[in-house]
Amino acid sequence: MKFGVVVFPGSNGDHDSWYAFSHDLGQKAEFIWHDSHSLGDVDAVILPGGFSYGDYLRCGAIAKFSPVMAAVRKFAAGGGLVLGFCNGFQILVESGLLPGALIRNRSLKFVSRMVTLRVETTNTPFTASAKKGQLLHLPVAHGEGCYMADERTLNALEAEDRVVVRYLDNPNGSLRDIAGICNEGRNVMGLMPHPERAADPLIGSADGRVILESLVQSVTAAHA
Amino acid sequence: MSDLTSFELEKVRSILKREPTETELGIFTVMWSEHCSYKSSRLHLKKLPTKSERVLVGPGENAGIIDIGNNYAIAFKIESHNHPSFIEPFQGAATGVGGILRDIFTMGARPLAVLDAIRFGPLDDPEWGDRNRRILEGVVGGIAHYGNCFGVPTVGGECVFEPCYNGNPLVNVFALGVFRHDEIFFGKATGVGNPVIYVGAKTGRDGIHGASMASAEFTEESKQKRPNVQVGDPFMEKLLLEACIEAMHTGAIVGIQDMGAAGLTCSTCEMGSRAGTGVEIDLSLVPQRETGMTPYEIMLSESQERMLLVAELGREHEVFDVFKKWGLDAVTVGSVTGDGLLRVKNHGVVVAEIPNRELADEAPLYDRPHNAAPYRKAPMEAPPITSRDSNRDLLALLASADVCSKRWIWEQYDSTIRTNTLAGPGGDAAIIRIKETGTSIAMSLDGNGRYCSLSPREGAKLLVAECCRNLSTVGALPVAATNNLNFGNPERPEIMAQLVEAIEGMSEACRHFETPITGGNVSLYNETLGEAIWPTPVMGIVGLLKTAPPVTVPFKNEGRTVLLLGGLGTVDATRFGGTQYAKVVLKQMWGLPPALDMDYEKRVHAAIREVINAGLAESAHDLGDGGLAVALAESTGSGIGAAISLATDLTPEFALFHEGPSRILVSTATPEAVEKVAREHMVACERIGVTMKGRLRIDNHSETWVDSPVDRLREVWENALEGLLAPVHV
Repeated sequence: MKFGVVVFPGSNGDHDSWYAFSHDLGQKAEFIWHDSHSLGDVDAVILPGGFSYGDYLRCGAIAKFSPVMAAVRKFAAGGGLVLGFCNGFQILVESGLLPGALIRNRSLKFVSRMVTLRVETTNTPFTASAKKGQLLHLPVAHGEGCYMADERTLNALEAEDRVVVRYLDNPNGSLRDIAGICNEGRNVMGLMPHPERAADPLIGSADGRVILESLVQSVTAAHA
Repeated sequence: MSDLTSFELEKVRSILKREPTETELGIFTVMWSEHCSYKSSRLHLKKLPTKSERVLVGPGENAGIIDIGNNYAIAFKIESHNHPSFIEPFQGAATGVGGILRDIFTMGARPLAVLDAIRFGPLDDPEWGDRNRRILEGVVGGIAHYGNCFGVPTVGGECVFEPCYNGNPLVNVFALGVFRHDEIFFGKATGVGNPVIYVGAKTGRDGIHGASMASAEFTEESKQKRPNVQVGDPFMEKLLLEACIEAMHTGAIVGIQDMGAAGLTCSTCEMGSRAGTGVEIDLSLVPQRETGMTPYEIMLSESQERMLLVAELGREHEVFDVFKKWGLDAVTVGSVTGDGLLRVKNHGVVVAEIPNRELADEAPLYDRPHNAAPYRKAPMEAPPITSRDSNRDLLALLASADVCSKRWIWEQYDSTIRTNTLAGPGGDAAIIRIKETGTSIAMSLDGNGRYCSLSPREGAKLLVAECCRNLSTVGALPVAATNNLNFGNPERPEIMAQLVEAIEGMSEACRHFETPITGGNVSLYNETLGEAIWPTPVMGIVGLLKTAPPVTVPFKNEGRTVLLLGGLGTVDATRFGGTQYAKVVLKQMWGLPPALDMDYEKRVHAAIREVINAGLAESAHDLGDGGLAVALAESTGSGIGAAISLATDLTPEFALFHEGPSRILVSTATPEAVEKVAREHMVACERIGVTMKGRLRIDNHSETWVDSPVDRLREVWENALEGLLAPVHV
């Protein structure tokens, strides 16, 4: 069982994701370079936080054209598990793997703080180990995390139980307090907060573990 | 253009034994600028202690390095970007961050933390307020932009407002990185025949003469210096970091130095000088962003995100491969020679030929006159003080720009990336863990222009003491320091006297607290239209502790004993004149800074470290600006207040708001154990009250001085800065 962390030029949460899976959860994890056309033999893909390609255009707008994203699209289409944190979420949205858009925070400022999330559904491979309604304290750190979509998309997300986590204290103006969503197939999820930065109580919170561990268990189950 | 004096020009002629070319003149001008050569301060900087068993690399390199055990080391340094931040706040501050990060990773260390000490004119200044708000927003935005994208957590710092920083903000950035002992690199051009390789961003016309601009006073003309400010690209810097570290691991690099102030000039001659070699480069090979650049412009450009390295002959391709992978330019521009000369060619034609050592290390050294009394405006005599409503005074202090929460600022900084932050912004000291060793590093930045303007010598000692106290309050042993000396024009004896006294005071205190200075930065000529800033030395001190859950500021539980380790202390009217109370409530300034007993202070540090590391404290907070009452209010963050009963004969304002050092507030479930530790260290420890839910009440004998719901205190303290900034959004 192996977790692949994609590294784009400008990714800066790649090491944190790798460390959380390899050290905090004791799993095998490796890096996948952005110009790679294959994901190798990984069982799940992590798109980490950062500023891929500098994010000088729109966050994730360049990353979606990278060779590795073609491989990720294929992997996801085949039911592979893909989880994006922060910039990873932005890339998933830009790539069309998740609906909507992430735009500049309402405050027009970068926001770095601890937020409280509510788990809205446990019917995903990423939250299966959580309890519905469970509150999670996770850090956010982003300038463009305001989730936007048209009414129809938002209604569909809710009707299909695809809003995975919501903010209790919305830090960026996201519509309907959406912090994270999954795709129709429920195998791709993105969220702005950082579970990988909350996998050890020493650094302020271990609440992110439930998301990381859910993924590990889903992969384990798929192997069994 | 040359800012050299006739004396300096004569020295140039005697070194070259001929008239300098235009390019050579430019090279000497930047290398011998105050910023690069420390020509006014060097004589006095020698007084600072620089050695200890832990110090692996002291001043003179890109950053100081100390041993942290287990074969690991940390590199750290502070640097100013004051002048650029006034001219163009966002880019000025951003490139300040970029520059200090390169100083760290050019030595091979991966940057793990940034802290910033920033100072502005008052946000509500009738004349400068709008401008000061814009400068603050720009500086904070620039720091956030660069650090967040680069991927280094900004974990602390300080932000202060005084009228003397109108038109001359101070932006001092501290960075720290970690590596193994065998990963340390130096800026040395060793090995005759080895290729000199240029890597990173292309060279443009930005920042030409930035170093000499940073060495002049501001005048009306300065507003036209905007092209002298560089533009930062944190994404490029992130790529440069990863590529440099990867290239270093190939073993093909023998020396490396970043191109910061004075760009290609500084990196070539310093690398040659350190190795006792010559460096020959041809400028036509330098990657250029613009066409038609002259040799003068290429040599003096301060374009960001560039490095110069020397590789082992025949192994260049290993370096090129790494940089190609990261999409960066890497070009051989010359080679190391044995003649000790910096030889600059352009399309094969020599345009400059200067001995490296004389250029880099033989800059003029000035013993500037300092036989005047340090400049001060404030009277010595205290005004009559009448006691007022202490409750209202406390709220006024909590709402003041210096004392209030800086949350608005640090929420714009990513403080959790790299998952090492045990204690981020807002505490007494920041703590990051070193994952590989089980050790953590605590860091604190402190400056106090107010104290230093009253007495540069005593003020500097107080800074060192405060910094070490901050570290000890989180349980860390202070081990080494870096300093940023921000002063006015050293050619004025009364300003030079400030600098000399501050250095001497700092030197004495750093010896006493065993925190040698491993490097730093001197920023002089901080004057606008003839008015100097207050003498503002800023200290950055690092401490070591075992990785463990941090003890933080807020009270944690009701019914705990509140102790004042070090005792309530005492004060007289003269020593009260530099306090925040004098500033905010009385709107005056006089006398001297608080009195410091360094022996006692050091015992208090030892005592609190023992208390923290034995797990005896539930919360701890050192007393600083605003004294006891402010420290108590700041400790109510989680909704727990306290009932405090004093028994002092001091007036309310003295008892509640004096800023005497050597005092730390502790809440504990085991007061006897804390008192025992205090006795063993021969320091006072007063039981002053008990924590309780929801209120802060401070009584003295039978009189109530302060009584307020903690929510009210929090609200005022948390929102004041946003309120002061609000007009800019209207």
